[in-house]
Amino acid sequence: MSLQMRGATYAYAGTKAIVLAGVDLDVEPGRVVAVVGPNESGKSTLCLVAAGLAPAAIGGRLSGSVVLDGQETATLKPHEAAQRCGILFQNPATQLSGTSVTVWEELAFGPRNLGLSIEEVAERVEAAMATLQIGSLAERDPHRLSGGQAQLVALASVVAHRPTMLVLDEPTSQLDPAGTRLVGDALARLAESGTAVLLVEHKTGLVERVADQVVLLVGGRVETVGPAATVLADPRLDEFGVDPPPSARITRALAAAGHADRLAGIDLGALEAEPIAAVGPGGGG
Amino acid sequence: MTDPAVQLEGVSFDYPRGPRALDGVDLQVASGELVAIVGQNGSGKSTLVRHLNGLLRPTAGSVTINGRRVGRRHVAELAREVGLAFQNPDRQIFAGKVRAEVAFGPRNLGRRGAELDAVVERALAIVGLTGDEDTNPYDLGFSRRKLLALASILAMETPIVILDEPTTGQDARGISRVQKIVADLSAAGLTVIAISHDMRFVAESFQRVVVMRAGRIVLDGPPQAVFAEESWPTLASTYLEPPLAARVGARLGLGLATPTEAALVSAIAAQATVR
Repeated sequence: MSLQMRGATYAYAGTKAIVLAGVDLDVEPGRVVAVVGPNESGKSTLCLVAAGLAPAAIGGRLSGSVVLDGQETATLKPHEAAQRCGILFQNPATQLSGTSVTVWEELAFGPRNLGLSIEEVAERVEAAMATLQIGSLAERDPHRLSGGQAQLVALASVVAHRPTMLVLDEPTSQLDPAGTRLVGDALARLAESGTAVLLVEHKTGLVERVADQVVLLVGGRVETVGPAATVLADPRLDEFGVDPPPSARITRALAAAGHADRLAGIDLGALEAEPIAAVGPGGGG
Repeated sequence: MTDPAVQLEGVSFDYPRGPRALDGVDLQVASGELVAIVGQNGSGKSTLVRHLNGLLRPTAGSVTINGRRVGRRHVAELAREVGLAFQNPDRQIFAGKVRAEVAFGPRNLGRRGAELDAVVERALAIVGLTGDEDTNPYDLGFSRRKLLALASILAMETPIVILDEPTTGQDARGISRVQKIVADLSAAGLTVIAISHDMRFVAESFQRVVVMRAGRIVLDGPPQAVFAEESWPTLASTYLEPPLAARVGARLGLGLATPTEAALVSAIAAQATVR
């Protein structure tokens, strides 16, 4: 098991408010577990706890057990947690090392700190850039990217580290639809190669496509957990402030209007997953 | 005839040591219009809106706000006319308390005392942060910091409001709230321009959609036109996709664009009645 949480309960330093309350969660190698839930339900905190940064790096009180790659995170130092688990923060600006002049160097920062040979560092950087299709940004200043480009660079820098477990806090929040699709493809490939992925994501269309299991987190508690198709079809999602996937919304809207039959023979999930054809950059305009 | 709220003529912009971000953009937005700007990451959307409040000055071309050339006008003066809520709220937030954060803008515009309190209260009520006046902004989660940044802009009561990715990080209720804010601002006669990657939000909440690719405008029209099947190749060329409702409508051969779920349902219902 890459990550095993049992009764994880957490409060930030200097506060009494319980942000996570008795969370049980398992992420196995090669699996994508998505966490959905309303704003302020504890999703970002769950990321920090799962990656071992809370309490090791930011303090706070953790009870229950969080085991990352066979070891209780409470006993890990931040750099030891970082070697087991890569975390992508919600705000890509938080992620940048602040020491790199180019995107290439930014991606090399993590692997270099692992003490790898320059050839190995270069190989990892190139592979990460290819995975997220950001080769054209290699020579750019990482502090002068658009929000979405910065988000892809931040994700690539975590991927270049090649952790066995990835924790991603809304990796597509600033991405265009094609960027979101790209991240979905990248996550699927990483999982295929054995990486365990914990994905916090509001875009349930993406969750539907990549997640094996979905956890619905409400008020710091696991409200429900199960296979993606089951949880995403839960009629209570709306009630909890979680947007159902577009396919479910359309199915329900047509059923409510008495026209469910018009969708016969149309696989909405497949339609959504299928990219539309592009014209070259010179045409169409 | 009133002047357009925003007029860009041949605007180009090159970042130092960076690529050409805007390449001869012509854009006119009438006073009271409700406009979404969409396009791939790095297509120039944020760069474009930063020209509207003077944060950036064009390398070539001219920017005119409410009939007056921006030219060398000071950012502080433009702040009375154009409010811009950043994509990343943390680039905007600096005060130790929510109330002080929201009061900063209107105070700089000369509001004081009860009048200042009233605009701050009103802005916090609009975004749903009433009761958090004494909270430290950094004790708020990302989604509420985003709403706080929006409140700070609303409190300045500018006739032009620009929102850079307002739905980012919001849950379903947060998106509904942003949709209502946009509709209310527009109903009050304000000019609202939003950048978004959320195509459902764009299709449901905006009258006009401007599509950018590599620093140029490649499509400009109502959602029914921009998300119609004939526009898809252009959308795809800038890494966009129409909302699923539009794709379902096209698959069903409804013969008209259905960019929203409501449009899809009514088009299907209308077809059923004809039969």
